[in-house]
Amino acid sequence: MDDNKTTHIKHTPGYGIYILVWLALVTLTALTATVAGISFGKFSIAVALVIAMIKSYLVLSEFMHLKFEMKAFRIFVLVAILFFLLLIVLLFQNYSYY
Amino acid sequence: MTTENEVVVHAHRDDVGARMGMWLFLLSEFLLFGGLFLMYSIYRYNHQHDFHIAAEGMNIFLGTANTIILLTSSLTMALAITAMQKGNKILSLVLQIVTFLFGLAFLVNKFFEWSAEFKEGNYPGSPILTAKPSGQILYYGLYYTMVGLHGVHVIVGMTIIAFMIRFTIKGIINKDDYVKLENAGLYWHLVDIIWIFLFPLFYLIT
Repeated sequence: MDDNKTTHIKHTPGYGIYILVWLALVTLTALTATVAGISFGKFSIAVALVIAMIKSYLVLSEFMHLKFEMKAFRIFVLVAILFFLLLIVLLFQNYSYY
Repeated sequence: MTTENEVVVHAHRDDVGARMGMWLFLLSEFLLFGGLFLMYSIYRYNHQHDFHIAAEGMNIFLGTANTIILLTSSLTMALAITAMQKGNKILSLVLQIVTFLFGLAFLVNKFFEWSAEFKEGNYPGSPILTAKPSGQILYYGLYYTMVGLHGVHVIVGMTIIAFMIRFTIKGIINKDDYVKLENAGLYWHLVDIIWIFLFPLFYLIT
């Protein structure tokens, strides 16, 4: 029984890393809420979305353990994101001519 | 424990497969919201001024508070799994209950936020809202649809966590078999990620 346990425990990070990730997430939230008051003109959407993407990356890789999973998991997620971006690009390709 | 028992315990388990199934489901959830985000982006592109005005009416304080609440609930969920992996059942149980309560706090905030909007007459089909320019009607339509669908996901997530609390008490989830808790966590984190994008799009970009 003891031999089998080791296969389950190998992906166990400590509590500390999660608290660090949480601190980063809260800091980024404070940053994005503060920055929203400043006008970057056309870039304010980009700034807010870049911060949201950084936060999502942290949640995906750390909280959702994507960095410990098999490579196939990361490929799944990347393919889905890629197709979604393709969808946005093609949609706006169409709309920008109106 | 006999060798025979070991074979039985491990023959019917595939934790990686269980998580992979969950991830495939989460990707379908991603595309469900993805379609709504696409709709948002096009309407926003076509009605930039109206979206700007409508978004200024949002309560940024409540929005930010809810973001912090959900992020913290994601932390407690991740910690609950680590506690279970380390064999600390009581700590895991407490953290799961805290996660559930954070979900409840999120919904209570949402209740106050929507009540305030309803009082101002900004509910779907209201005379005040329908008199506004079409861009603002679209903004509120998207706001109630997307934030509402996200709220439904919070309720579903809380229901799943309630079951996990029960499973933990009964010992169905334990130090050696916690993939159910992991999958519940994955769902909860996805709900968090969706809010990470809803928050700037509806509250911050004005």
